[in-house]
Amino acid sequence: MAGRPPPPVFLASASYRQRRLRDAARLLPVVGMVLFLVPLLWPDATGLSIPLVDAEPVRNSNAMIYLFLVWIGLVAAAALLSVFLRSDPETPPGGEDRP
Amino acid sequence: MAKRVLLIEDEPNIIEAISFILSRDGWTVHTQSDGVTALDRVRALPPDLVILDVMLPGKSGFDILREMRADATTAAMPVLMLTARGQERDRDLALKLGVTRFMTKPFSNAEVLEAVRTMAGG
Amino acid sequence: MLSFNLLIVVALGYVAFLFAIAFAAERQAANGSKAWLRSPLVYTLSLSIYCTAWTFYGAVGYAARSGLEYLTIYLGPTVVVIGWWWVVRKLVRIGRAQRITSIADLISSRFGKSTALGVLVTIIAVAAATPYLALQLQSVTLSFAVFASAPGHDWGASELNGAALWVAAGLAIFTIIFGTRNLDANERHYGVVMAIAFEAVVKLFALLAVGVFVVWGVAGGPGDMVKMIDASPIALWDQNGARWAGLTFLSGAALLCLPRMFQVLVVENADESHLATASWAFPLYLLAMSLFVVPIAVAGLALLPPGSNPDLFVLTVPLSQGQGGLAILSFLGGFSSATSMVIVATIALSTMVSNHIVVPLWLQSRSQGAMMSGDVRAVVLLARRLSIVGVLGLGYLYYRVSGGGAALAAIGLISFTGVVQILPAMLGGIFWRGATRWGAAAGLITGTAIWVWSLFLPSFGPDVVIPAQVLAHGPWGLGWLRPQALFGISGLDPVVHAVLWSMLLNATAFMMGSIVTFPTPLERLQGAQIVNVFEHSPGARAWAQSAAEAEDLLIMAQRILGPAEAQAIFQREALEQGKAGYLPDVTPGFVDLLERELAGSVGAATAHAMIGQLIEGASVSVEDLIRVADEAAQIMEYSSRLEAKSAEQERTARALREANAKLTALSVQKDAFLSQISHELRTPMTSIRSFSEILRDGDMTPSVQAKYAGIIHDEALRLTRLLDDLLDLSVLENGQVTLNRQTGQLRELLDRAQGAAGLRAGGLTIRRRKGDETLVLTTDLDRLTQVFINLIANAQKYCDAPRPELRIVVGRARGEVVVDFIDNGEGIGSEHQQVIFEKFSRLTDHGKAGGAGLGLAICREIMARLGGSIAYLPGQGGAAFRVSLPAAAAMAAE
Repeated sequence: MAGRPPPPVFLASASYRQRRLRDAARLLPVVGMVLFLVPLLWPDATGLSIPLVDAEPVRNSNAMIYLFLVWIGLVAAAALLSVFLRSDPETPPGGEDRP
Repeated sequence: MAKRVLLIEDEPNIIEAISFILSRDGWTVHTQSDGVTALDRVRALPPDLVILDVMLPGKSGFDILREMRADATTAAMPVLMLTARGQERDRDLALKLGVTRFMTKPFSNAEVLEAVRTMAGG
Repeated sequence: MLSFNLLIVVALGYVAFLFAIAFAAERQAANGSKAWLRSPLVYTLSLSIYCTAWTFYGAVGYAARSGLEYLTIYLGPTVVVIGWWWVVRKLVRIGRAQRITSIADLISSRFGKSTALGVLVTIIAVAAATPYLALQLQSVTLSFAVFASAPGHDWGASELNGAALWVAAGLAIFTIIFGTRNLDANERHYGVVMAIAFEAVVKLFALLAVGVFVVWGVAGGPGDMVKMIDASPIALWDQNGARWAGLTFLSGAALLCLPRMFQVLVVENADESHLATASWAFPLYLLAMSLFVVPIAVAGLALLPPGSNPDLFVLTVPLSQGQGGLAILSFLGGFSSATSMVIVATIALSTMVSNHIVVPLWLQSRSQGAMMSGDVRAVVLLARRLSIVGVLGLGYLYYRVSGGGAALAAIGLISFTGVVQILPAMLGGIFWRGATRWGAAAGLITGTAIWVWSLFLPSFGPDVVIPAQVLAHGPWGLGWLRPQALFGISGLDPVVHAVLWSMLLNATAFMMGSIVTFPTPLERLQGAQIVNVFEHSPGARAWAQSAAEAEDLLIMAQRILGPAEAQAIFQREALEQGKAGYLPDVTPGFVDLLERELAGSVGAATAHAMIGQLIEGASVSVEDLIRVADEAAQIMEYSSRLEAKSAEQERTARALREANAKLTALSVQKDAFLSQISHELRTPMTSIRSFSEILRDGDMTPSVQAKYAGIIHDEALRLTRLLDDLLDLSVLENGQVTLNRQTGQLRELLDRAQGAAGLRAGGLTIRRRKGDETLVLTTDLDRLTQVFINLIANAQKYCDAPRPELRIVVGRARGEVVVDFIDNGEGIGSEHQQVIFEKFSRLTDHGKAGGAGLGLAICREIMARLGGSIAYLPGQGGAAFRVSLPAAAAMAAE
């Protein structure tokens, strides 16, 4: 096995693209988490949350539509990422990115 | 008076043959086929004469001879050595170790008898 | 109306079908075609055991009671799986690199292969899984009861309990049959995975079918369905924020910590790239499973009389509409959900119980250690089978004690909260090198204690385990210890309360414990390997140079991995080192490799302990640690390159040394050849000459005469035999032999050899398994028989056991037919194993042997001519010879 060369300062564009894709893969769950927690801001029927505006409680049918749309969006994004991430070679020596 | 001979040999048929020839001639024949305990047997008996094979299980005939010669009680005991390998080197080694007589297999019965008689008498 | 008997028939038929699928998959795996069994699709479907009966029945009940809160149980895992690049990928990589068998094994392995931590995690996992298993039994039983009650009589408590017992027993049998067939390396179970993948399809299809029926058949389309939801009791968003966030966290964490999820996610993962597919396909599956939950709940609330159990809406809604077929399908979906979960969960738990509790105890109870103990594999398998029964028994017990009354969702959450106590130790372990075993233990114990006190025990209800008095005012009147209002903070939801406090204190204890304690060298080594799993794959070594004998290690490995696999590993290593045969040099690298292989069967801690018994005190040293320190990465690189070079030189040198030793031995042999041949010829000649002279002299009885003539005859035969052997050998060596190819049964050849070997009564006993010998061979049968005769005769001559015994074992190894001849004598020392196949190399004295030491030399030549080989097989207890034939020579009968 060859020794690990010092990491080059500039990467070839292909591996630069790979790194950004991995960043996207890391970011996706954070986005999902935030979107799934959005409903906490909605006015609800329990009266426990502080109503900033005197709004009507959200209907569950609408809540479902919101949540399932976010969900399917996440699935699609993950599917898209997986296509590109999969073609990435089995972690070449020294190729694994480190912060 | 019957004289005692100890035959150290591991091939059963050869034991049978030599025992037959010697006992017919009036000898008492003791046999021993294991090399390791052979020396103890020599000391325990002790015989008037030893017939010693070279290739024995556990210990070679040369080693037994060497130890016999090193021990005062057996140093002078007549030893007839038999070997089936028949190489000059073996004969030289046996003589150097102080063997009384050296014979190569296959031997003639008469020859063995003659050798034993001579050695015991002399 | 449906008859209950029809339902029983359908259920049994379905189970039989699952058996068939599992059998077919196992058979296919055995034939080597694993490609399809190991596709990303099957992997994704196997993850669906996350959706248990709790999902299938419980989610609808959950929605009917609490609106959209049920979604949190699927949103958490969705986020975790979509974020696979963070945690799951690392777990899978670690699982492969360290050959992890369970989540307890991961924790134990990370923290210096600690047995105590393995036990702790196992106990937590079993305790947490028990309510969940009870839940599955309950849901299957209730679903049976729905159908049984239809013809007119309701099931009473005794009938329910009886049904639950039957279900538990049936599941135990299925799991034992498919989960403990063998100790596969890395614990992969093809049959089970295939069956649960199939069940995943069934349950999804069933739930979708009921959903489609409700939306289009009952409501009249999506638009009407929305109106129906808006008109239902659960029309409005009323989620408590703390529960929404808390449960999402809880379910996401549970996905990583549940033993059964760890089993399918990490242990059964065959290829890291499958994760990429699962990262979107599994969330999609979850989405599909949750899509129709609210419509079914709303339909149930609208159609069924008030007071109906909403947990059974999936069954009762179709039944109430006269859709018997749909109800049966739905029943099978629920049945699938429950059985697949129970099967995988019990496999995972039984692996943990046997590897971390039973086997260590068993090893400890045997003072002689791993070497002398009996077949470890049998013990491990038995331990697993008993654990399966035990785990299911506990589930049944919980079902009986808790009365099966609580809502399904509540039970599931109790279980989740218990199992996520492993999360801090797991995440800390894989991301933080500073984590220590004391910290991990402190966190696990703290968190679990809080869980037991604040959620698990109260779950049985007031006055069952915890008196109502204590629930209300705390033990001994200490208000701040009230189970559901710790530290005086009341008013929180009980689950959120338990999750909050247990996680908080668990993580705090874990970190504080890790900061104030100091890790052992092995812990630091494992920590570095696991935290930096993506960097150094080859890994640093846990063993320094050792004095263990290769043969001892082989004996132990055979007991755990089975002879074929162990021998293959040793042979491969020996080959790599440039040596022939089965005994490589015991290098640290080899010991390390072996330990990982063993860990794949019995877990890291046990494997480490067993190896440690053979390699006394040669464990990791400070020097080894320096090599793994990150600060010394440069040195490590450099030295590893040097090491690679010197390893290469060492290999060459070893090969040369070996060749030289062989040459020297051969030249001594050659030198002795003449004197040997002289000896061999002269010895019978001596008897012949002497006795013929005696006969010539005459003067003896006829009986003595006959006896001596007999001796002459025998010795003449011996001479002839010797000359035949010499000629035979010289012909074989010169390659002048012509082979007479015929076709025959291996069994008949062995029969013939056994007959011809001239066994004395009361001498050698031969043990064969004639069933294995039904092989048809096409080769020179006479020559092959000659080899067999020789080996049997050798065993007869040399086996020095008080009751000599020869086992003849027929098998296959790496595409060859192998016939092993194993006696129970002392065997042959490794210093002699090299030369026994040379001419005249007799180890014992010649008088007893009655042969010239040419037999094995002839055998070797014959086998070479037949395109096979003969080798000495070390580590079998006695002398053992392996005759290998190319597969082309053999075809299985039938």
